[in-house]
Amino acid sequence: MDLLRRPLRAGFDVGEKLLAMAFPANGNPLLNLGALGFFFYWIVTISGIYIYIFFDTGVTQAFASIEYMTNDQWYSAGLMRSLHRYASDGLVAVMLLHILREFSLDRYRGVRWFSWVTGIPVLLLIYVAGISGYWLVWDKLAQYVAIVSTEWLDHLPFFGQPIARNFLSPETLESRFFTLMIFMHIAIPLIALVVLWLHLQRVSKPRINPPRGLAIGTGLALLALSAINPAISQGAANLAQVPGRIGLDWFYLGAYPLLENLPGTVTWSSAVALLIMFGAFPWLPPLRQQRAAVVNLSNCNGCARCMYDCPYNAITMQMRSDGMAFEGEAAINPDLCVSCGICAGSCPTSTPFRRMSDLVPGIDLPDRSIAAIRDDVDAESVRLEGPARIMVFGCINAGVVAACRSPSVGVVSLNCTGQLPPSFIDYVISRKLADGVVIAGCSDNSCYNRFGTRWTKDRLVGVRDPRLRGRVPRERFAVVWAGRLGGAALRREIAMFAERLALLGPFKPNGQVSLAVTPEEGANV
Amino acid sequence: MSSLVRYVGQALFYFLFAAAIGGFASWPAYHQVPENTAQIKLSFNHGGARLEDCHKLTSEELAKLPTNKRKPSNCSRERQPIVVQLMIDGTPLYEAILKPSGLSGDGQAQTYKKFIVPAGKHVILARLRDSKRTEGFDYESRFETKLAPWQNLAIDFKAEQGGFLFR
Repeated sequence: MDLLRRPLRAGFDVGEKLLAMAFPANGNPLLNLGALGFFFYWIVTISGIYIYIFFDTGVTQAFASIEYMTNDQWYSAGLMRSLHRYASDGLVAVMLLHILREFSLDRYRGVRWFSWVTGIPVLLLIYVAGISGYWLVWDKLAQYVAIVSTEWLDHLPFFGQPIARNFLSPETLESRFFTLMIFMHIAIPLIALVVLWLHLQRVSKPRINPPRGLAIGTGLALLALSAINPAISQGAANLAQVPGRIGLDWFYLGAYPLLENLPGTVTWSSAVALLIMFGAFPWLPPLRQQRAAVVNLSNCNGCARCMYDCPYNAITMQMRSDGMAFEGEAAINPDLCVSCGICAGSCPTSTPFRRMSDLVPGIDLPDRSIAAIRDDVDAESVRLEGPARIMVFGCINAGVVAACRSPSVGVVSLNCTGQLPPSFIDYVISRKLADGVVIAGCSDNSCYNRFGTRWTKDRLVGVRDPRLRGRVPRERFAVVWAGRLGGAALRREIAMFAERLALLGPFKPNGQVSLAVTPEEGANV
Repeated sequence: MSSLVRYVGQALFYFLFAAAIGGFASWPAYHQVPENTAQIKLSFNHGGARLEDCHKLTSEELAKLPTNKRKPSNCSRERQPIVVQLMIDGTPLYEAILKPSGLSGDGQAQTYKKFIVPAGKHVILARLRDSKRTEGFDYESRFETKLAPWQNLAIDFKAEQGGFLFR
C-alpha cells in the first residue's frame, strides 16, 4: 500500500505547494476538499429545487420541459440547470480527490476506519443520484444511461423480467420510470446527507464550510461556466435509434463503456471485489498504532483543555471519581484515540521544568511520553556544539526532520507538533540546552492529525492555552511548516536561522537584540 | 508573493477548475456503435407449452378429492423450453434453447440480445418453437428491411398478436 501512497502523496504535496503560492493558508482548495464537497452539495440542492418547479415527469413532457428551461428560460432555469449539473460534477471531482488525499496521507487506518467505511456509501449514493438525474432529461444521453444501467442490472438474477425491455422500442416505454427516477433522484441525496452526518461523527470540529473566499471563487467559476457553456440536451431520446455518438459526462459515466462492453459476470464480480477491497483498505494492513493516551488523575485538574484540543472526540469530561476537589476529570475512549499526543501538549502540567517530582502530566502517551521527550532533549543537548546550537522538534509525520541532525543540530521527534507544550521552548533556551529552537511540522494547514499545526501556531502567538511565556525571546525560535517534501527547505531555513543565532550570540536573559525571525515568517516556508 | 500575483494565481486556478469540469462533463465524445451500422434487438418473454397436457378429471376422481381442491382439470406446472432462431440474409445470427424461468420451470422463458449489423437492406427470418414438437417451428416471420445507420430494430414476440413483432 505504501508503494501506492507514496507517489500520490508526492503529487498532492506538489499540488498543495503550488496552490499555496496563490491561496491563503486556510483557503488552499486541496486542504478543503471535504468542505468544498458540502458546498457543491448545497448548490446542487438549491438549483435542483428551483428546476424541479419547471420539470415535468412523462415520456414526452420531461424532455420538452427541460428544453423550455434551457431555451426559453436560459437566463434563470437554464442557468440553474447548468449550475445543477456542473456543481454535481464538481461534487464528484472533489469527493474522489478527497478519498485519494486521505488515502495518500494514510488517514484511513486505525481508528479512522469509521470515516473511511462510512464514506463508501456516500460515494455510491452520490453516483446513483447523479446517474438518475441524467436519466430524467430523457435525451439521447439519458437513453444510453437508461439502457446500459438496466442491462447491467439485468445481469443480476433478481428481476422477473429484463428491466431493459422497458426500453426496447418507443411502444414499450412508460412514464412510470420517470416517476420512479424523480423519487430516487430526490430521496437518494437525502439519504446521502444522513450518511454524511455519520461520516463526520468521529471527527471533532469538522470543516463543512469552505472559507468564504474559496466558496465565492468556486461558486463564481461554476456560474461563469454555466453562462458560457450551458448544459444542453443531446437531442430527444428515440428508442428507434441507437444513440451512436454521445457526449458522456465522464465524472459520473466513466465506467459505462466498460459496463456496456464487458460481460456482466466480469463487471459485477469486479465491482463487488473492488467494493470489498475498498471497504477493507483500513485493515490492509492494519495500522500498528501506539497505545492510546492515558489520564493520570493525580495530575489532572479537570481543566478540559485536552478535550477541546482533541481532533477526534476521543476525550470527554466526566464527574470527578477520585474525591479530589475538582469538578471533573478527563476520560479517554481508546477506540477513538489516534495517539497524536495533542492532549499532552495542551495539558498545563506538561512542563519540563518539573524536577522535584516525576514528570507525569495529567494526560500523556504511554509510548511517547512528555518525560521521554524531555529526556531526548537533555540527551541531544549534551552533544551539541558550535556557535549556534539548534534543537529541532519535528513531527514524525513530516518525515524529513531526522536528516537535519548534525553536530550543531539536535533532533527530537514528536507524534505531532501539537504534542509539544510551549514550555519546552522556554526550557531549551532558558536552560541554555541550545541557542535556538526550531519546530518543524507538516505542510501549513495540512496536519496529519488535523489540528496540530493550528494549535501550535495559536499557542505560540498566545491565543490558545498553554501559551508560550512572554520571557521567551522570539528571535530564538522559528517554526517551519515544510511538510514531507520540504527537506531542502527545512535544512535551508535551519542554516539561515543558525546564521542569525550566531550573530545574536549566546542567550543572556534580559539582554536581547531585536527580532530576526518570527513564527509568522517561518510559517510561510 | 505580491497580492496581484496571488490573485492571478487564484484566477488561473478557477479557470482551470471550470475548464476541467466543463470539459469532462461532455468530452471526449463516445461512439456507442460504429458508423454505418445498425442494431437489432431481440427480446421477449414467452411461456412454452406445458410439459404434460392437462388431464380432465372424471367425476369419480373429483369425488375423491376434498371439496376445496376439486378442479375440473389437473395441469402440470413445468413448461417446454423455447427454441428460437434468428437469421439475417440466410446466415444464423442467434439460435438458442431458452429454459423457462422459476424454480419449478413454470415461468416464462426470456431473452434480451443485441446484434450490431451493417446498415442497409436485409432479410430477417425469426422462428420460434414453444410446443412439444421436436422439429420445425410454431412461429416463423420473414421481414425485409432497409436499416438506416444507427437504426434500432426491435423484435418482440407476442403469441396473442400472431408471433414476432418488428418495431
